[in-house]
Amino acid sequence: MRDVRGEAAVETHELAKSYGDVKALCGVDLEAETGSVVGLLGPNGAGKTTAVRILTTLILPDSGTARVAGFDVLEQPGDVRKNIGLAGQYAAVDENLNGFENLELVGRLYHMGRHASRERARELLGDFGLEDAGERLVRTYSGGMRRRLDLAAALVARPPILFLDEPTTGLDLPSRISLWEAIEALVGQGTTVLLTTQYLDEADRLADRIAVVDHGVVIAEGTPDELKAQVGGERLEIRLGNGGTREEAIAALRPISEEEPACVDGLLSVPLRSRQAAIADAVRRLDEAGVGIDDIAVRRPTLDDVFLRLTGHAAEPEAEEQPAEEARR
Amino acid sequence: MTGFAYALSDTAILAKRSLLRIRRQPDLLVGFTIQPVMFVLLFVYVFGGAIETPGLDYVDFLMPGIIVQSMVFGGFVTALGLSEDLKKGLIDRFRSLPMWGPAVLTGRILADVGTNIIQLVVMFAVGILVGFRFATGLPEIVAGILLMLLIGYAFSWVFAFIGLTASSPEAANAFGFTILFPVTFVSSAFVPVDTMPDWLQPIAEYNPFTTMVDAARALFIDTPAGNDVWGAVAWCFAIIAVFGMLSVWRYRSAVTR
Repeated sequence: MRDVRGEAAVETHELAKSYGDVKALCGVDLEAETGSVVGLLGPNGAGKTTAVRILTTLILPDSGTARVAGFDVLEQPGDVRKNIGLAGQYAAVDENLNGFENLELVGRLYHMGRHASRERARELLGDFGLEDAGERLVRTYSGGMRRRLDLAAALVARPPILFLDEPTTGLDLPSRISLWEAIEALVGQGTTVLLTTQYLDEADRLADRIAVVDHGVVIAEGTPDELKAQVGGERLEIRLGNGGTREEAIAALRPISEEEPACVDGLLSVPLRSRQAAIADAVRRLDEAGVGIDDIAVRRPTLDDVFLRLTGHAAEPEAEEQPAEEARR
Repeated sequence: MTGFAYALSDTAILAKRSLLRIRRQPDLLVGFTIQPVMFVLLFVYVFGGAIETPGLDYVDFLMPGIIVQSMVFGGFVTALGLSEDLKKGLIDRFRSLPMWGPAVLTGRILADVGTNIIQLVVMFAVGILVGFRFATGLPEIVAGILLMLLIGYAFSWVFAFIGLTASSPEAANAFGFTILFPVTFVSSAFVPVDTMPDWLQPIAEYNPFTTMVDAARALFIDTPAGNDVWGAVAWCFAIIAVFGMLSVWRYRSAVTR
């Protein structure tokens, strides 16, 4: 392993890849500083997985260059593999082995030796709250447990660079949060993470920088705050009830609104200056103005908002869905 | 360790993984031991009376054929296993590790040799129970057993290629059983070739299964060998060379779909 401090952990230049007529990537430039978390945000089919597969040496680009941990993915794939961990969209674990055996297997294939592999497997089972499930066959695991084991498998060799391809797609909220916490702990230890996701909240929570990808092109890049500033931040949506007029409501809410509140189809939209106690504040102001409220909610910008703003079209239908309730295998 | 040592140890590690699966799901063994046993019983007691095998008891004629067939299909677990690994993303993981890549194939195939040995023991035991008798000496029998294992090994490579090429485990199953299975029947395995219609006889004659079955008969029940033993060995090496290269080529570009 090389000392990679001070250079980009992941760096691509004009990366392009087509499958037949389908252009998966059309000239992508990415950079992840060592120790940072970069989120690739985009809908299904945007090219995120293709980028990860090129960077993890699974497929070859048609043109362009990519360096991971300072090694060229085309010229030195073996050195790249020694420095990376991959957790894909599928929980890539063997269902017919138990949790411990899965991790031991990966350790042996990193050539860590039997003793070190076993010790590391035990350690990781503990880190991921799977110590009680270590002796159970993985086919008895829940979707969330499989993903945690999958992430643990990616960490067996303590790789300095970690690729997470949609790590929480298909998980329920508690499982997503527990996986997020695990990823945050890793980042605390200095691991560079390149993460793909369809969910703005996930990129927002985990990533230092986000690259928004659509149709194989990076269409926006920046910190989560910079991107959200482009899209607009959180807004309060209010459906007015009986009593008071729309104008009175707008006047009452103007002090907490970032811009002039807008009204579309009877739904009042208030870009919030601060989300701190926003609902209580708005309710109090409307109450004082004598305006009735039918419904009120804080709405955070979604991937759709980002896409609508950046591309003028909505994200693909799948991206609109909430994370599926059932775990995908 | 050197590259070669890693190739061996990675193969052993992944072979262990495949064998563990059989211990965990013993019903897998049922598929490829009970099924050939059913075939033995069906052919000996149901069809056997109607099939003329001049100069030989039908059970003696049948056993080498059915053993070759069971060796050929023993590698089927490799097709299923690789196809599942591909579907579940395990191949992506393995390919991102700094391991010796083809070990994913050689490991499974080494495990197949293990299951082929179990199959051979079961088949010979059942054969002897229903009246099969060796007519050759120990050197020929040992040579025959080695040839059977070589045949199993060769066809494991065919199945590795099928597993990496089929779009799903179900498709791999279809490839194996609807294409390869009938091919084993158009051979000397179950009936003498000269009882087939004239147009079919040349096809059966040149079918490599016929060569392999005739070689097994020569080594186990002392029928005239001709060039069949060497022919069978040559076929095996040709299959290993072609499908070994094809499989490794598929593996190196395989990603989860």
